[in-house]
Amino acid sequence: MPFEEKMSWVSMVVTVVVAGLYFATVLGQVGEVPAADIAYQRSMLIAIGASIVLMIIGAIALAIGTAVSAEVTGEGSVDDIDRKDERDVSIGRRGDVVAFYVTSAGALGALALAMLEYEYFWIANALYLTFVVAALVSDGVKIRAYRWGM
Amino acid sequence: MARPTRVTNNIRALRFAAGELTQAELADQVGMTRQTIIAIEQGRYSPSLEVAFRIARALGAPLEQVFQYPEEES
Repeated sequence: MPFEEKMSWVSMVVTVVVAGLYFATVLGQVGEVPAADIAYQRSMLIAIGASIVLMIIGAIALAIGTAVSAEVTGEGSVDDIDRKDERDVSIGRRGDVVAFYVTSAGALGALALAMLEYEYFWIANALYLTFVVAALVSDGVKIRAYRWGM
Repeated sequence: MARPTRVTNNIRALRFAAGELTQAELADQVGMTRQTIIAIEQGRYSPSLEVAFRIARALGAPLEQVFQYPEEES
């Protein structure tokens, strides 16, 4: 499996786990507490920070795992860790373009919420959800292209 | 699922004809990853013209012997 595809899997798992925990924690309060009173800020900042840190840890673990596997089994090469060719760039670009469209649609949704004077809670969470969905769709597009071609 | 490209190739046969060149060795020679060479061989990726020329040169064969494109319209 190409290193960049492994990174897409790591990104997808991290996004699902972190965002899942965040939304389970925060949205669980909706209905019990008025939206304006839900203290989501700290949880959201922790979720964003955790995603960044886990992605870095995942990339390091993946690089070490790939290097060890190349040494032990002879499958693959340590060179593959930092080698990125035109296919990787092309697939990465396709994922980024799709993410851009998802982010744009989500931003329009958040704009609509602001114009309709929804609580900050809903606007902030709509934006966070937009980033989460954009990341998942981007990773999905990349994995699909690696597996089934483009 | 339909193949994502109509370009076909003889890279696998030509690798063996060129002294049993491995996918990793070919990848090193043309500056690509081994996974991309595998994807090209399996018809999951069409390389750029520049990489196609580099592959043909590494295999010591003319471009049209390495890559083919069907004549008829789809």
